[in-house]
Amino acid sequence: MKKQKAPKVQHISNRRSPNRSLGGDAIIYLLLALTALLMVYPLVFALAASLKPLDELFRFPPRLLPVNPTFDNFADLVVTMGQSWVPFGRYLSNTVLITVIGTTGHLMIASMAAFVLAKYDFPLSKTFFRLVVVALMFSGYVTGIPNYLVLTRLKLVDTPWAVILPDFAAPIGLFLMKQFMEGIPMALIESAKMDGASEMRIFLQIVMPNVKPAWLTLIIFSVQGLWNARAQTVIYSEAKKTLTYALQQIQLGGIARVGQAAAVTVIMMLVPITIFIFSQTRILETMASSGIKE
Amino acid sequence: MSTMGKYLALKRRNLETARYKAKQMWVCYLFLLPFAALFITFYILPMFTSIRYSFTYYNILEAPRYIGLANYINLILQDDIFLISVKNTFIIALITGPIGYILSFMFAWFINELPRWLRSLAVVIFYAPSIAGNAYFIFSIIFRGDVYGYLNSFLVRVGIINTPILWLTDPKYMMPVVVLVLLWMSMGTGFLAFVAGLKGVDHAQYEAGYVDGVRNRWQELYYITLPNMRPMLLFGAVMSITAAFSVADQTMALCGIPSTDYAAHTVVTHLFDYGYTRFDMGYASAIATLLFLTMILTNNLIQRLLKRVGT
Repeated sequence: MKKQKAPKVQHISNRRSPNRSLGGDAIIYLLLALTALLMVYPLVFALAASLKPLDELFRFPPRLLPVNPTFDNFADLVVTMGQSWVPFGRYLSNTVLITVIGTTGHLMIASMAAFVLAKYDFPLSKTFFRLVVVALMFSGYVTGIPNYLVLTRLKLVDTPWAVILPDFAAPIGLFLMKQFMEGIPMALIESAKMDGASEMRIFLQIVMPNVKPAWLTLIIFSVQGLWNARAQTVIYSEAKKTLTYALQQIQLGGIARVGQAAAVTVIMMLVPITIFIFSQTRILETMASSGIKE
Repeated sequence: MSTMGKYLALKRRNLETARYKAKQMWVCYLFLLPFAALFITFYILPMFTSIRYSFTYYNILEAPRYIGLANYINLILQDDIFLISVKNTFIIALITGPIGYILSFMFAWFINELPRWLRSLAVVIFYAPSIAGNAYFIFSIIFRGDVYGYLNSFLVRVGIINTPILWLTDPKYMMPVVVLVLLWMSMGTGFLAFVAGLKGVDHAQYEAGYVDGVRNRWQELYYITLPNMRPMLLFGAVMSITAAFSVADQTMALCGIPSTDYAAHTVVTHLFDYGYTRFDMGYASAIATLLFLTMILTNNLIQRLLKRVGT
């Protein structure tokens, strides 16, 4: 069947869509609301635990919400981090560096590859794409050691590049972008070509703007992955370690640090969720703007 | 013009087309090059090295020693725990894979019809469990075996049970708890791709469908939405298969490694056990290779099924 997905067209009006019954809508709203509660409940636990003072953490029976909410756990966390001989800011800047460079590079490199794989037919293109999909399925636990050997030979071990470079070519990004780019009509690309646009220009000015939801999604995946990267096997100098690594060391501190551990979980969640919310609203904004028609 | 002249003109045109095509091809390779170089270095090379290790005895300290198919033969004929792990993995994959996949799509589809502000909120809430790297740690407090665990304390107070249930160490309850947690986390990669994909479906098609006699939301789903979503459905399926078959982090965090009676032992936990506790990388690689082949087979099957969707 011919692909006919043309991303968004300005809709004539916002009136209620046809083909929807009021009863059906009601059932769906109810279902969504109930499931949303189930989804969010455990996360509220984590947030509540991080705000509980010590005596409430070990209280019986346990209560969901703290009686005297306090930021002590977060303050303790800062104190604990201050005691280590590498300043907290150092861990943070390491992680931010890895996340920003890794995500930017991954987005560019994966999108370029996805563009030609989705829109052109050239020798080995299909085989290569199949290889990418298949590579997703090989367990990362066993490739860990050969991967380490490769990194050693390239003299990348104990540098941030040991995390960043492999991430540039993460198969999931290419797969995602290619699936979305398939929906762009070929006619659009050919007409731009007729007008004398180079491949790079077609890629940057026609293809990428039309798959915005896709690359905002890719950014979420990438940030989420890199922000949570522990990388303890490829980076061993304390000063180069990531925030996640440092925080999880604290989390492993046992029962005396239950409160701090909850604070760690909350902090680790906060950044990806914030970026996620931001990009979500971006997706919605761009929804109504420019569209193409076949 | 003579026949010869015509012939030459034709030749020249063919040559020009060929040159144009060749140039086009080079541009393609140029676009692909950065990704391909890194991908081959950091993914394909280690993958093939691992497959090669699966035919060796390799304890990481000494050089790998070739032992033929011994690892595979031991795995299938001698290793009872491997068989338990295969059974557990299939149970987990067969339950959480399809259910998670279908739920992801249904919820993405329902959410897509909400008013704007509500839609953003709903996407964030549904995706939140997957976003925090180790948020499933929370469940180890909820399902804690003593009376301080949230669930036990609740059940005791209500009077359903008298003694706390060992949710994470009693083999009777371990698998259901794991499945529950996995389902909670199943609105992941696929879900987000569905949400993004549904936004891209051309509204004019729904209008046209209405004119052509599509009368309810299910017909609309089948005749318009699903065919439009096919690339994302394929993507989501691959991600679901991968996730469902490689469950390990969650079971290790909740039930420990090894878990009581290996009741929550999965193939990847088994692999982890051999690779990182017993340092038998050859054996671990053999496990990975078998798992890999299983996933490829499953994937081929699912892709074939999905090709028929909505046609």
